[in-house]
Amino acid sequence: MGTPELKIILEFSAGAELLFGNIKRRELNLDGKQKWTIANLLKWMHANILTERPELFLQGDTVRPGILVLINDTDWELLGELDYELQPNDNVLFISTLHGG
Amino acid sequence: MHIICKSQCGNRAALKRPKTGDALCKECFFAAFEAEIHHTISSSNLFRRGEKVAVAASGGKDSTVLAHVLKLLNERHNYGLELVLLSIDEGITGYRDDSLETVKQNRDDYQMPLKILSYEELYGWTMDRIVAQIGRSNNCTFCGVFRRQALDRGAKLLGVDSIATGHNADDIAETVLMNVLRGDTARLRRCTSIRTGGGEDTIPRVKPLKYSYEKEIVMYAHYKKLVYFSTECVFAPNAYRGHARAFLKDLEKVRPSVIMDIIYSGEQLRFKDTVKKPERGTCTRCGFVSSQQPCKACVLLEGLNRGLPKLGIGKKSKGERMIAKQNQELALRERANLVKNDF
Repeated sequence: MGTPELKIILEFSAGAELLFGNIKRRELNLDGKQKWTIANLLKWMHANILTERPELFLQGDTVRPGILVLINDTDWELLGELDYELQPNDNVLFISTLHGG
Repeated sequence: MHIICKSQCGNRAALKRPKTGDALCKECFFAAFEAEIHHTISSSNLFRRGEKVAVAASGGKDSTVLAHVLKLLNERHNYGLELVLLSIDEGITGYRDDSLETVKQNRDDYQMPLKILSYEELYGWTMDRIVAQIGRSNNCTFCGVFRRQALDRGAKLLGVDSIATGHNADDIAETVLMNVLRGDTARLRRCTSIRTGGGEDTIPRVKPLKYSYEKEIVMYAHYKKLVYFSTECVFAPNAYRGHARAFLKDLEKVRPSVIMDIIYSGEQLRFKDTVKKPERGTCTRCGFVSSQQPCKACVLLEGLNRGLPKLGIGKKSKGERMIAKQNQELALRERANLVKNDF
């Protein structure tokens, strides 16, 4: 038995991927011993995969206004936003509305 | 724990509408989003039966959603419109060439004819070459002025009755703010109009998505799996608009109605008679609509062709001095040549 892991999928679209090494889909295996909220996830993303200009993605402790967050295709505004607790196999999608027109 | 759709259809809510705060399921959201655009179109008599309408298509989210929704509403409510796609190719490698592929996808998906007009064929210059001349400052001026006229030219060529653009509520609120900050009363006066132009010689422009929030447009495109292009232009981003946009997004977080509130404020503004109004006319050189003589596009083009790319940037008097100086130099050189030939 290894250490428990929390597997989730991150997706980026409409330009948000440009800030994350231009990778549109990532599978993550997070440390399953701790509780993961979106707030923790954003901190983890900042420390590990946010390669380009973090100020275009984060503002304070949350995402920059204009970036939409969908958890399993549902608007995070219906799910408690930063306080939402990630479940195994959750899909978290970040869509930028700040690009193009 | 799931939230149930507010319309009591029994489905799980998928999103919170920024405009109303309602939690709706996908299907009820589609219905509300489309119904509101239909309401905008019908209450402001945007179109008449039998008209031919060009959708200004960039391949971006707004024009993609606009083309999709117009086609759908045209069929659903029997508007009797003939819809065509009109795209402008500015000649920006790595940006417009890619987005035009998306427009071609729209053409096939929506079965609409597509006309692409290029700066190259209209002006003899691509943006790539203009930027090579002028550098990375003021290049957006060229692009903006040329695009505006290019759409008019394309519309004339296609013989359409109006041009529909994808400007959304957030865009318009940003523009109101920018015009206030710049003291640009001429633009402030018309930027909230759902229909502009349309005198003699000009083809009216309409904004059916005027009251549609950007978030809803993006969510609609996402849930409907519409293909759109979302790369930033490779040349300078519009810095000033960027500030207005960031400011507005911050405000929206605290007060979602701010977008509609700013548009409302813009719509209700009335100007004193003493505020100067630009006189609309047509350019004596190219014949397209302009409030200046010659029009900005012609001045910019003359500058490019004379090798004086800064000609149309800044004050008119400065440009006139530049032309006079160049003419003088040319005359001197010509005289020098004549002298040389005498020997």
